Amino acid sequence: MKGFADLLDRLVLTPSRNAKLTLLTGYLAATPDPDRGYAIAAITRDLDILSVKPAMVRALVAERVDEVLFAYSYDFVGDLAETVSLIWPATEGRASDLPTLSQIVETLQSASRSDGPRLVERWLDELDPSGRYALLKLITGGMRVGVSARLMKQALADYGGEDVAEIEELWHGLTPPYQPLFDWLDGRADKPANLAAAPFRPAMLANPVDLDELARYDPADYSAEWKWDGIRVQATGERGERRIYSRTGDDISGAFPDLLAAMEFDGAIDGELLVGHVEDGAIRTGTFSDLQQRLNRKTVPAKLQKQYPAILRAYDLLQEGGEDLRPLPFEERRARLERFVADLPSDRFDLSPLVAFESWEEVAQMRNAAPDPVIEGLMLKRRDSAYVPGRPKGPWFKWKRDPFLVDAVLMYAQRGHGKRSSFYSDYTFGVWTGPADDPLLVPVGKAYFGFTDEELKQIDKFVRDNTIERFGPVRSVRAEPDKGLVLEVAFEGLNRSSRHKSGIAMRFPRISRLRWDKPPGEADRLETLEAMLE
Amino acid sequence: MRFEDLLRPTPKGLYCPPGDFYIDPVRPVERALITHGHADHARPGHAHVMATPETLDIMGIRYGETFAGATQAAAYGETVAVNGVTVSWHPAGHVLGAAQIAVEMDGTRIVASGDYKRRRDPTCASFEPVDCDVFITEATFALPVFHHPDDRGEIAKLLASAAQFPERTHLVGAYSLGKAQRVIALLREAGYAETIYIHGAMQKLCDYYVSRGVELGPLAPATDDDADRDRFAGAIVIGPSAAFADRWARRFPDPISCYASGWMRVRQRVRQMGVELPLILSDHCDWDELTDTIREIGPQEVWVTHGREEALVRWCELNQIRARPLNIVGYEDEAE
Ligand SMILES: [Zn+2]
Ligand SMILES: [Zn+2]
Repeated sequence: MKGFADLLDRLVLTPSRNAKLTLLTGYLAATPDPDRGYAIAAITRDLDILSVKPAMVRALVAERVDEVLFAYSYDFVGDLAETVSLIWPATEGRASDLPTLSQIVETLQSASRSDGPRLVERWLDELDPSGRYALLKLITGGMRVGVSARLMKQALADYGGEDVAEIEELWHGLTPPYQPLFDWLDGRADKPANLAAAPFRPAMLANPVDLDELARYDPADYSAEWKWDGIRVQATGERGERRIYSRTGDDISGAFPDLLAAMEFDGAIDGELLVGHVEDGAIRTGTFSDLQQRLNRKTVPAKLQKQYPAILRAYDLLQEGGEDLRPLPFEERRARLERFVADLPSDRFDLSPLVAFESWEEVAQMRNAAPDPVIEGLMLKRRDSAYVPGRPKGPWFKWKRDPFLVDAVLMYAQRGHGKRSSFYSDYTFGVWTGPADDPLLVPVGKAYFGFTDEELKQIDKFVRDNTIERFGPVRSVRAEPDKGLVLEVAFEGLNRSSRHKSGIAMRFPRISRLRWDKPPGEADRLETLEAMLE
Repeated sequence: MRFEDLLRPTPKGLYCPPGDFYIDPVRPVERALITHGHADHARPGHAHVMATPETLDIMGIRYGETFAGATQAAAYGETVAVNGVTVSWHPAGHVLGAAQIAVEMDGTRIVASGDYKRRRDPTCASFEPVDCDVFITEATFALPVFHHPDDRGEIAKLLASAAQFPERTHLVGAYSLGKAQRVIALLREAGYAETIYIHGAMQKLCDYYVSRGVELGPLAPATDDDADRDRFAGAIVIGPSAAFADRWARRFPDPISCYASGWMRVRQRVRQMGVELPLILSDHCDWDELTDTIREIGPQEVWVTHGREEALVRWCELNQIRARPLNIVGYEDEAE
């Protein structure tokens, strides 16, 4: 348990992706089976174990610690699991062999609800504070350490020296503690066969491109289609098993029961998950804000499913019945896809249409004049390209439309992490609202990249020279119509948001230019952004 | 003699009416007895200061030689009469020169322990319990959540991280007086022989510790030198944490910010400070050390100051020990 507890403590405090990978691979190399497998599952929250309520933990600690001292402590620490882990009185002559993560997990897998309190009490006695904290987070379901399933798969790939796509492909056929996976990564066995029905097939991704680069290719070799702004998914059905995967292989079926119910097919479609209604015999796409209503939910109320039905706009067909289509040329797969989708319910499935073109210049124009606001650009696919995992150079390109731009005023700056810990590198910016003669800034977004190192130094100096107030790592800066810094912010789109004072949330904002030349009073107004929401 | 007639809290600090002196006064006074050199206890501007020779030296280093009108040194074990009050000086184990001050008259003895800790510290003398009627204790970490782990484990964490990230600098925030030298000394005890780089603000105090026989090994200033920044890759650099947000920190490649403090026990504090590698190292007692010390000394009464008074007073009540908070304003949690 100690290694696992130490790992959690480090991960939570480590912002850098590379450093997290170093910590994870170090842990995988130093930890025996099956502990490391259970640790992975605990972090990616794929463990099915007995869980307990915080109230039960409180009741346990009340038997050991004075109520008033507990209250003072909880007040100071602020987190129940942490308070309990620290305040739990050490028992004399603590057992020399501490429980391992595997012992705890395996016990919890078979324990009944009524066993919970006595088990937890015993472990709290046996573990040290870090171990107790890890235990409490594990059993109360509060394990959040900033490691996505995607990052974990990358760590496994780094550890074993394999391609992450291979791990993604296997992932859903594996269960904790993943012994066959480690046997393969350690070179003791062959790659495990994925025996699960409806497995994930690693996605093929496109490289960004521009006109200069496209000039090297013959337009006649490529076909074009719109790139939709939803969630790239793989919808798979096999032997009655149905799954919707994200493009990194996470199973997101649970969030889209309506689409899942309509997946009465045997095959695997690569497409874009959107929301939309049927109008005049075709699906009319909802906006990304509409789609947001369906995201990050544990349960999906029937009302939401009706208001924002999930649909799939198909790009590609990877599997049909027992046949793997991935080695076929794109053109052939596309023909098969068109026939396949024609048999599916038309209120849930449609095709992403191909777009005819003669020259790259024509493509360049089309990408900024899309017929639907939910289009974020164009995809270019070589007509003879097989479907291969990863991001090969050449067969597929994506060409996004130009970003939206707005001139905003820097309002707050926050200190960065790691390399940037001595710089104010995270910026909150706002636009004007209120009467023209007495305008007010309202924050509309945050950005922490897009600028060069030299620009970072300049902004940092501006922040230090123009600080009004400090709140911990944050400073507010002068931001008045005639004094302040205007940032040209590029972004991909806007969502309505009730969580933001401005009522809008920007997608993928970044700093595109510093407008030292522009007086803040001439920055954009909120009305400009609101008009873009329509 | 009533205890309050020998020593009592006042807005300027603890005052002894018969001796007409203050202990660690927070404002300038005629006669001050100083427990140790931390800035909230040892302030400049008193007419007359009595302290251990080390504390007087440290005040001279921090404030310049004119920090007081007159000074008088009192070594550990020494007994001095001040206007008929007997004052004796005993190691507190907190930082170099830190003392408990025992004040005695007509058979009543009160010990003002200043800041203290009980565990071994290679950079200063260990705490010595002194029999007394009233024990005045600090309460910086007086909550039962504070258990300082073994120093060696914390230093091992730092060394393990330095080995795991050999291309990055480990920037260790530490209080300039006491903590910085203790971290260095503990690193040396763990066998770390590389040059340790220190922030300019720590140079004089480190030199002073060395002059008093504390071995710190090879130290070098962490000066900026564009030509030779590589020397910081994999190095351990020690500085006051305030400097990490400063331009000073930019000379280090991809630093990992570490912080050596008892507060690092609480994750919320760690996150607030943007610390990546917390090192739980304190120059104060943890909860068990505070309560064990009170039990060991067994005074008639405990006076609690400087920190979370209410929790320690509560513990005393639960254990049938008379206790009261002193509520003297002016002592800080010192960037501990
Ligand atoms: Zn102190
Ligand atoms: Zn203090």
